[in-house]
Amino acid sequence: MNLKELVTGKSGEKQFLLGNEAAVRGVIEAGISIAATYPGTPSSEIGNILSVLAKDANIYFEFSTNEKVAMEVAATAAASGLRSFTFMKHVGMNVASDSFMTTAYTGVNGGMVILTADDPSLFSSQNEQDTRNYARLSNVPVLEPSNCQEVKDMVKYAFDLSEEYKLPVIVRTTTRVSHMRGVVEFGDVNDNSSNNDDHWMRGHFDKDPSKYVPVPAFAGKMHERLCAKISKINDVTNKSDFNNSTSFSQNKKYGVISSGSAYNYAYDVIKYNDLDMDILKIGFSYPFPDKKVSEFIRDLDEVFIVEEVDPIMEKEVLAIIGRENLDVTVHGKLDGTLPECYEFNSDIVRDGFNKVLNFINKQDITFSDSLNKLSEEIPSRAPVLCAGCPHRAMYYGINIAIEELGLKPSDVVFASDIGCYTLGINPPYNAADYLLSMGSSVGDGCGFSVSTDQKVASFIGDSTFFHSGISPLINAVHNKHNFVLTVLDNRITAMTGGQPNPGIPVDGMGDEAPEISIRKLALACGVDYVRVINPFNLDQVVKTYKEAFERDDTAVIISKAPCTLIKGLTKKPPVKLVESNCNHCDKCVSELACPAISKVDGKIEIDTSMCDGCGVCIQVCKYGALEVGK
Amino acid sequence: MSYSIYICGVGGQGIIKTSVIIGEAAMNQGLDVVMSEIHGMSQRGGSVSTELKIGDYNSSIIPDTTADMLLSFEPIETIRGLHKVNKDSKIVYNTHPIIPSSSDTSYPSVDSITNSLKENFTHVLPIDATELALQAGNVLSLNMVLLGAVTADDKFPLSKDSVIEAMKNNLHERFHDLNLKAIESGYNSIKG
Repeated sequence: MNLKELVTGKSGEKQFLLGNEAAVRGVIEAGISIAATYPGTPSSEIGNILSVLAKDANIYFEFSTNEKVAMEVAATAAASGLRSFTFMKHVGMNVASDSFMTTAYTGVNGGMVILTADDPSLFSSQNEQDTRNYARLSNVPVLEPSNCQEVKDMVKYAFDLSEEYKLPVIVRTTTRVSHMRGVVEFGDVNDNSSNNDDHWMRGHFDKDPSKYVPVPAFAGKMHERLCAKISKINDVTNKSDFNNSTSFSQNKKYGVISSGSAYNYAYDVIKYNDLDMDILKIGFSYPFPDKKVSEFIRDLDEVFIVEEVDPIMEKEVLAIIGRENLDVTVHGKLDGTLPECYEFNSDIVRDGFNKVLNFINKQDITFSDSLNKLSEEIPSRAPVLCAGCPHRAMYYGINIAIEELGLKPSDVVFASDIGCYTLGINPPYNAADYLLSMGSSVGDGCGFSVSTDQKVASFIGDSTFFHSGISPLINAVHNKHNFVLTVLDNRITAMTGGQPNPGIPVDGMGDEAPEISIRKLALACGVDYVRVINPFNLDQVVKTYKEAFERDDTAVIISKAPCTLIKGLTKKPPVKLVESNCNHCDKCVSELACPAISKVDGKIEIDTSMCDGCGVCIQVCKYGALEVGK
Repeated sequence: MSYSIYICGVGGQGIIKTSVIIGEAAMNQGLDVVMSEIHGMSQRGGSVSTELKIGDYNSSIIPDTTADMLLSFEPIETIRGLHKVNKDSKIVYNTHPIIPSSSDTSYPSVDSITNSLKENFTHVLPIDATELALQAGNVLSLNMVLLGAVTADDKFPLSKDSVIEAMKNNLHERFHDLNLKAIESGYNSIKG
């Protein structure tokens, strides 16, 4: 499929879409004007696609410096009467939450939708937090699509709902929904034509401090209005077609209540095992559709609550049972029927049902001894820093500097951050000892430097530095903390697929934009020692780290070299092996650990399709066995 | 009708594209289809897998032991995918290894993999897809060789023509001839 079809596709047309592509079609059908995000997997593709389609779709789109800014851009757009969209991974919501919480109080004029993509099983995240808790914390409605068609339909519906009740609305996906593909039938597109010289529509902000400025005198009233709105919306969720049941049961003894991706597993297990159970799907899950749920469970003996991450619906159901004094047994996470952690699948749900029902046959297969042995012994294939990655050179160099300064590895704490460079955790670099969140490496450097006598090396990427590394750097200088901060400036937001950031002269719609200098920022924060270095010059890397570690203030080293995955870079020829010079010290394999170099049958081999000639291995080899390629 | 395929290999081998082509071909033939893919960390040379289910399914995840086909782009990734198959499943895999750099365990011989698989399964179909791709004109067409091999399975519910149509819709015109050659050579390696 050509992505442009997400804009040009007509009502009734069908496409095989990724959940994230379906979300884009949803906002196009809703006729939004403003969209803002900070990239985060599993939501990243939405931004990548919008950055390509924004102009064709009459949308202003930006990669904001962080999720909080993105939330504020969307909130003010909605306050100005426009439809706005912001989207992020689940932990991005933590960053955005301060402004998000108030947006629930101020409310909106144009529809505002927040898509958050949760990551059960932590495919690419630091935790498994459940966004549905934010709905309860803020009193904001939440919709939970379980397939690609619903992603599109619910995103579109969420704008109508938001506009009707003047409240932002959350659409919660999970990795398996965002990264699922399925057949999506398109609907009509709302008109969002521009009313000015830009390609997107402009709204107007009508002043009303009692509505938009939450000073204590006004904020209390805002809270009252919010409670009234959510109470009305509870009538909507009780009637919503997104909350619907399917009947497979004759005896009406057992039932299932489920949402999101978990619904798919539960539904398939019931259907393909001919289980005597009805299933209620909760697609519009907050405010919880208590009346509909009460009707569904009241005549059952036992009900299974199948939901991913926290037992939120389970507690809601228990509350209904308590309030209405019903005689229904609840099975879910709280009684150990289903696991508390990690994502579900059909096997897990079937095993959960089996603990209570014990009537489903499971097919087991056994392998021969030789195959079992092989399975146990195959090498793992963990993600690694790419061949030619500038981060590898920095990690190699800092470890040399530490050794040359006579320090032991335990003398230096590596405070890491969120990005490709977290892969430095792996041997032989062992360069990640502590990590909390985006930007935490800098604040952690402050803390370790006053809490221990150890040296501290903090590592942060360019995009993460702009996201939330700057205010802790000011803290570091002002409070006289002593650590070495490395900004790994690879000229892109790499881990999430290569989005632009304020350090490069391009914005989210591909237009020219002012380039913000990390060096000048560090200087403006009051850092005395700021060095910009070429990571591929190993001597310079080692010398700079040795200098920086000898200081007693905050030192900043900026490693400036583009990510090897950036398209259109001129590649150097692959490094050449001079086998006769190799003395089999294996340093290039065991200490540098570049994926382009391997040892096969006792000999070093260079994968020329992978090597991009960065030349660090040439500097590592003491025997002249590696040479610049031609 | 139902048919599920577990596709696995190494990041960068064109696994997602291959899966999307099959999914789109299924949709064009009027069949229900869902697919699951993993993005993110796994792109950095890690193991990658997709799951495709053609038929009346809600979930895009293939339950263990129920895949009709395991299509693997790399020998040891085949072993990692075996939890999805049963004794009747077809196992089609590329015999060309990609040796992980970060592991301290040594890579087993491809013959030992093939022998062990044949000892346990009835339908084991090794192909040197990398070599066939080179013969077709470009090693990057290896995913098309394997796509061709899938279409050769008697139980595969999609026609070769609809798969080729979907390929053309998803890949740039200047690669069409190369890809057609690769699909044919994969198809013939199973049929022939």
